[in-house]
Amino acid sequence: MLATIGVADVEDLFADIPASVRLLRDLRLPPAPSDAELLAELRAFSGQNADADRYVCFLGAGAYDHFIPSVVWHLAGRAEFVTAYTPYQAELMQGELQATYEYQSLLCALTGMEVANASMYDGASATAEAAVMARDLTRRSGILLSTAVHPEYRQVLRTYTAPLGLTVTDLPHEGGVTTPQAVRDALDGETAAVVVQHPNFFGRLEEVRALAEAAHAAGALLVVAVADPVAYGLLQPPGALGADIVAGEGQPLGNHLNFGGPYLGMLATREAFVRRMPGRLVGATVDARGRRGFVLTLQTREQHIRRERATSNICTNEALNALAAAVYMAALGPHGLRQVAEACVRKAHYARERLCALPGFGLAFPGPTFHEFVLTCPLPPERLNDGLQSRGILGGLPLGPCYPDLDHGWLLCVTEMRTRAEIDRLVEAVAEIAEEDVR
Amino acid sequence: MTEHHGIASAGVSAPPQEAPRRPDADGIPLLIEQSAPGRRAAAPPASDVPPVPLEAILPPAVLRPTPPPLPEVSELDLVRHYTRLSHRNYAVDLGFYPLGSCTMKYNPKVNEDAARLPGFARLHPYTPGPLAQGALRLMAELEAMLAEITGMDRVTFQPAAGAHGELTALLMVRAYFADRGERQRTRVAVPDSAHGTNPASAAMCGYEVLTVPSDRRGNIDVEALRRMADGRLAALMLTNPNTLGLFEERILEVAELVHGVGAQLYLDGANFNAMLGITRPGDQGFDLMHTNLHKTFSTPHGGGGPGAGPVAVKAHLAPYLPVPVVERDGDGYRLDYDRPKSIGRVRAFYGNFAVLVRAYAYIRAYGPLLRQVSEAAVLNANYLLALLRDAFDLPYDRPCKHEFVLSGRRQKRESGVTTRDIAKRLLDYGFHAPTIYFPLIVEEAIMVEPTETESRETLEAFARAMLAVAEECRTQPDLVRTAPHTTPVARLDEVTAARRPNLRWRLPEDPPA
Repeated sequence: MLATIGVADVEDLFADIPASVRLLRDLRLPPAPSDAELLAELRAFSGQNADADRYVCFLGAGAYDHFIPSVVWHLAGRAEFVTAYTPYQAELMQGELQATYEYQSLLCALTGMEVANASMYDGASATAEAAVMARDLTRRSGILLSTAVHPEYRQVLRTYTAPLGLTVTDLPHEGGVTTPQAVRDALDGETAAVVVQHPNFFGRLEEVRALAEAAHAAGALLVVAVADPVAYGLLQPPGALGADIVAGEGQPLGNHLNFGGPYLGMLATREAFVRRMPGRLVGATVDARGRRGFVLTLQTREQHIRRERATSNICTNEALNALAAAVYMAALGPHGLRQVAEACVRKAHYARERLCALPGFGLAFPGPTFHEFVLTCPLPPERLNDGLQSRGILGGLPLGPCYPDLDHGWLLCVTEMRTRAEIDRLVEAVAEIAEEDVR
Repeated sequence: MTEHHGIASAGVSAPPQEAPRRPDADGIPLLIEQSAPGRRAAAPPASDVPPVPLEAILPPAVLRPTPPPLPEVSELDLVRHYTRLSHRNYAVDLGFYPLGSCTMKYNPKVNEDAARLPGFARLHPYTPGPLAQGALRLMAELEAMLAEITGMDRVTFQPAAGAHGELTALLMVRAYFADRGERQRTRVAVPDSAHGTNPASAAMCGYEVLTVPSDRRGNIDVEALRRMADGRLAALMLTNPNTLGLFEERILEVAELVHGVGAQLYLDGANFNAMLGITRPGDQGFDLMHTNLHKTFSTPHGGGGPGAGPVAVKAHLAPYLPVPVVERDGDGYRLDYDRPKSIGRVRAFYGNFAVLVRAYAYIRAYGPLLRQVSEAAVLNANYLLALLRDAFDLPYDRPCKHEFVLSGRRQKRESGVTTRDIAKRLLDYGFHAPTIYFPLIVEEAIMVEPTETESRETLEAFARAMLAVAEECRTQPDLVRTAPHTTPVARLDEVTAARRPNLRWRLPEDPPA
């Protein structure tokens, strides 16, 4: 090979790198183990973590432990999908392209929207991109952001919008929900979008239709952020309630918890807004012989062509996770997804009722919830969590750090994965810990 | 041959008069077209709590009047559908993928096993730190290894992709200058050969983009840069080796020039596969960079993601890293949120953790021998270049790094065959095509990156195919112009797809808008 190239040594191929910046020593990295040793080491790392198989998990807050049917990753995990690249050569990649087209279709069916893209990074960044999209569509620069939206989504939205000169104003929640009156009071002629989450961070259901009407009356768009789209197996989807953009997290649809990633950002909107939508899109077309085929389309929106005028820099997305989400939705179908959502509601409600019956415990925000709810506790939730850990249970998320007025607030999540026996164990443990605390 | 209840009849039948039609000759039906009421592929766990009427829990008005219009298919329907779709895909595990700038190398399977360990895959991101020590330690050790490999001081893992890393890096540059009261720095310089994500990221960060031309040797034009370099410049975004596959020969001069006006030097690390253990960006004068973990440190590309785009920085930029960062805490590790100068967050949680696990496994598996990865990648690229250089135009005749750029302008001039046609014809030879029409500064560009994982035999087979297509351009240009001929579909009508977008299936009661 060297002779064909016409050099004497591989080193000659690096001759154009200035000598002063050549690394003249070995990299200081740990010596390489064998595969067996490496796996043993990683198994030891993984064994130090309290995963949802070893601990009973009541954590939610943007990452959900739903049942993943075996078929999901047996199919999404096929090497022809896993080791493929972005479908730049459509004729060789009809499988990926059709699967993405079907993902877009399934997401539209679930959210009640007209177009969906091929995925974004995660729910938080998708929500931020939705705000930027609303600015482009309305040519206005104000964003009203409900404080009942996931705190990390709100942080990401602020990070994304600050350099673009958007003004983000907090909309206070009242009793755990965003009120249409609060929206009307805060709206002005510069408001590009009202951003709410449904079901929201506290598990409460927002009055999406009334919020949409309020936003539209002032010429603003309604962006609905979603942390768990499984809810729309049962609940009216935002598209049917007047939402203009749905941005959310697709992890709950067949993707693993993965300590926070990879997840997938969902973005869906109205047909009229498609040319302002960031991210990849797959469209159906025909080939030279008139047969149906699929291609990446509307690429003039993308950075390959628009460069510094692009509305988004998305290049790599989360295609494999979107594929898993599509297989999941198709595996459960309309009735299966409804059954998952119903089991979530029933089990969460059962847990909620039983916990609220304990002395000193109550709901921070009475009213209907999906699979999450906020309890007020007679002792700091951190102390409850400590006690639960020693009993093999991962308790809820203490809300004090993000919501100082909820310093004894405890956000619990009950998915269809939790059995009645596990819920009962939680309730008994909480009762014991609270009682010990009093003594 | 007849079939009853799915069992082929055992009787002897006459051989078919003509070749049987493949079941997918007209394409694979959409799932919705295969739907039949009542079928279902998976049963979720049932509710085992006392049955309370749903109306007692939720107001009826919030419920969907009808279930979502998803397809109803059996598990076997679903398995066949996606398996058949998978058969219509090209992938690294099936063949050579010489996509320049995309680093489509083979990804060791041990990485996949590592990422699927339940202690990683089933770990909730809000698991309290003391119960997630294994995950935090993996992140801390990966950070230390990446700092050593890049010559930088700190790393954030939050960005989910390379372009996300670019945005994160520029936000940090912006925060750094705001902190120093240098708000007049509103411009970012980007070479004309850069990835399209560079200018797009700069624009998303509110910067005005200045395009720096390339010189005749394929380097950044230092004199042109000098004219742009003043107190208004925030950063230069440079890819090195650049998208022509060439090392920036005057990198030290460029670094001096950028730093001389107080700006920051940013490395787009998309091409880092060429440099492992050979030279470190931190030593070349770069202040910050992203790495495409999925490319350089091997995560399968998944049809377009997930990836991971961690950003590594020198110490002076560390205060601006997104929250949280992993810190050592006594004998253990913790997530540190108390960073008042942080840019905030660019994503929920901590990044694409499962990609980090794969990168960790990959780097550990090579250890100090990581350098051999880059040596082999560069050797392979130069060998392939030597085999192809006479058949196509070579706009920049220098030893390349891990990739090189040819031009199909000779073929276009002599036979009217475009680079797109050549790419499509390669598909008939069983190869994925190289990257085409990028970088933009090369007419009819063909950008080839073989990577270190391909054998000499594969490189030679690909070269033979390229040479055969070059020959066909002369002798049978129509054959090339109408390619591909052997793929499941012929060339697709992209114009109609864009003019009349059809972006989802529509049910009969759901007419086109």
